Amino acid sequence: MTTTLKSYDPRFTPPVDQVSVEERCARFTTRSIKKSTKVNGLKLAMSMIDLTTLEGKDSEGKVRQLCYKAMHPHDAMPGVPQVAAVCVYPTMVKVAKKALKGSSINVAAVATAFPSGMAPLQVKLDDTHYAVDEGADEIDMVISRGKFLQGEYNFVFDEIAAVKEACGKAHLKVILETGELSTLDNVRKASDLAILAGADFIKTSTGKIQPAATMPVTLVMLEAIRDYYYATGKMIGMKPAGGIATSKLALHYLVMVNETLGAQWLNPDWFRFGASKLANDILMQLMKEQTGNYQSLNYFSND
Amino acid sequence: MSKKQDKTQKAVIADLALDFSSGFIYEPAPESSSHVKLEKQYELFIDGKWVAPIDKKYFDTTSPATEQVISRIAEASAADVDKAVKAARNAYENVWSKISAKERGKYLFRIARIIQEKAREFAVIETMEGGKPIRESRDIDVPLAANHFFYYAGWADKLEYAFPGKKANSIGVAGQIIPWNFPLLMAAWKIAPALAAGNTVVLKPAETTSLTALKLAEVFQEAGLPNGVVNIVTGAGATGAAIVNHPDVNKIAFTGSTDVGKIIQKAIAGTNKKLTLELGGKAANIIFEDAAIDQAVEGIVNGIFFNQGHVCCAGSRLFVQEGVADKVIKKLKDRMKSLIVGDPMDKNTDIGAINSKEQLKKINDYLKIGVNEGAEIFQPACTFPKKGYFCAPTLFLHTSQSHRIVQEEIFGPVLAIQTFRTVEEVLEKANNTPYGLSAGVWTDKGSKIFNMTTKLKAGVVWANTYNKFDPASPFGGYKESGMGREGGLHGLLPYLSLS
Repeated sequence: MTTTLKSYDPRFTPPVDQVSVEERCARFTTRSIKKSTKVNGLKLAMSMIDLTTLEGKDSEGKVRQLCYKAMHPHDAMPGVPQVAAVCVYPTMVKVAKKALKGSSINVAAVATAFPSGMAPLQVKLDDTHYAVDEGADEIDMVISRGKFLQGEYNFVFDEIAAVKEACGKAHLKVILETGELSTLDNVRKASDLAILAGADFIKTSTGKIQPAATMPVTLVMLEAIRDYYYATGKMIGMKPAGGIATSKLALHYLVMVNETLGAQWLNPDWFRFGASKLANDILMQLMKEQTGNYQSLNYFSND
Repeated sequence: MSKKQDKTQKAVIADLALDFSSGFIYEPAPESSSHVKLEKQYELFIDGKWVAPIDKKYFDTTSPATEQVISRIAEASAADVDKAVKAARNAYENVWSKISAKERGKYLFRIARIIQEKAREFAVIETMEGGKPIRESRDIDVPLAANHFFYYAGWADKLEYAFPGKKANSIGVAGQIIPWNFPLLMAAWKIAPALAAGNTVVLKPAETTSLTALKLAEVFQEAGLPNGVVNIVTGAGATGAAIVNHPDVNKIAFTGSTDVGKIIQKAIAGTNKKLTLELGGKAANIIFEDAAIDQAVEGIVNGIFFNQGHVCCAGSRLFVQEGVADKVIKKLKDRMKSLIVGDPMDKNTDIGAINSKEQLKKINDYLKIGVNEGAEIFQPACTFPKKGYFCAPTLFLHTSQSHRIVQEEIFGPVLAIQTFRTVEEVLEKANNTPYGLSAGVWTDKGSKIFNMTTKLKAGVVWANTYNKFDPASPFGGYKESGMGREGGLHGLLPYLSLS
């Protein structure tokens, strides 16, 4: 359907009021999530995790072990869902694909000179092509933040569109790196821009700088998605990444999605958590709901 | 794209709706009330002691959510009020005006701290008796009440600096009558400045919400407040009239309806009693097309659905610039679908119970009037608890200044929506009301805000926010919304005579 726009006009992005956004977020955190709501929420959050390892010292062994954890989060407790995806550097995609064979867990690759994005477009496209050829189901790209802050919106628009094309069948997540964008107005602008340029998902952060994901930037991005849905009928996914280490916080995010976008987005197809430590905290909470006690973290595997 | 495809696409988009009912369902999360200590029957609090009313008359106070009786409250007759005023006068002449200002401040600090210590109990009782959601009593009413005592405690010994060049003298005995919408907070707003300024008090809470004022009396005892400095006389209209008419009361402070405010003003005419009134409102909440729309929608919701709309400064008239009206209304309806109406004791409830059967009837009468006047009504689907007085959040669309539902204060979760085109037009319409308590302006452009605020005839104007209160910030209205201010330096003035 969509009339494909060839560029982004910032005049169509509405202003954002930071104080009110922060207030609304504070209100999400006062929802009382207990009993079956809590258990269902925790399991849902688990199923939305992109289990991530993005370190210079990653190796085939490390990635294989992470993939095993992805498929077997905690065999001691049945009924725990598997995560949605494993997220790695492009050179680790083949290893991950092989290790996850037979499961329905996707392999997401960061690409486009992650995390800085400071490379010529051709390098970024080659990076993307490589990851896709290696078998990546999803590509997490980074935008050129410097160009964005310079006001070169069309540059950023074009690079996203080019990467989208290079993705082929793979889903494109566009990382805005909200921690570098400074204002919520910029976050909204970047969201609108990325969506129009072809993003399937918009993602907050690389996780490599502070601040990473926060509730206010996530709310602004969800509102951009909502406005796009009302204008076109097309759903866009959202992924907060980095800094979500506790179940409590993950549940706050689910409340936010629930009350901003509603039921259609409350599944791993449309919402992901970019996290690594979160999985074990969720497992610990689930065990506590089941047994009544908190176990030591030593009972949960670190892979 | 063919014309047919285009039409179908438009129809699809028009039908697009978000699903807020089947996602994350929140299980009941009731706040426990087992820690709350309530008596089966309360007496009057006069001269530091609990005394039975002379006529031995009592009335029930019930929960508006469960319709069950919570306690029995004493009904003060004119003779009881006379006792209270005598106690207040005695305390004023012989104790409160004699101790140092610093000592007065210490009592107020102590009261503030004890309120904080008992915060949970106060919040639960406020919700049980009044019907407002526990989240609001816990997060807003009780903290603000404690803050008010802290703030005025600080003023007690600094009055010589409050009005440069003038000496601040206390007045004597203050008679205070408060409403049922913010029972504890209104008691704090009245008592704290009166005491800080060196006066003594006779206070009557609203008859449907006496309990937190009576618990406050227990706090005064615990703080060691000298006998008679604050006296609580519970009862209804007749008790209030007795306070207003008592010849030995120097100042009357009233918060409530404009109608009763007029009665009081007439009653004290010809006396030399000082008077402040904080009355009704029908505030304009104004959304410009350059507003941060999603946040403005949140502000609309907060403006009219906070405390079930039982707020004198509620943003009950929405003015939305015509170019963004459809967008705003669609988002507003969406947002209303995620509001939870239900048991006020449930921590997830957004809209609690209407304070009384009478008030619910008044609101429902206005809903009928609105429909009969031809306004289009919208209410999201809600399931109410089997008992109790509940009203769904309501919008009336396509209204005008000539509709009764736009002119008259409904005091419920009911919003009347009008469009406007220019700044001049909305200013004229916003001011086109006998009320003048508050207003809200939503725009991203700072200069527009200041232009509006200087021209809106409202005592409180909020910009890009709503229903924000602070003890340092004076609150009160123009025209029939009352006279005098509460809070801040301005809030001290009514309790002082300057020489």
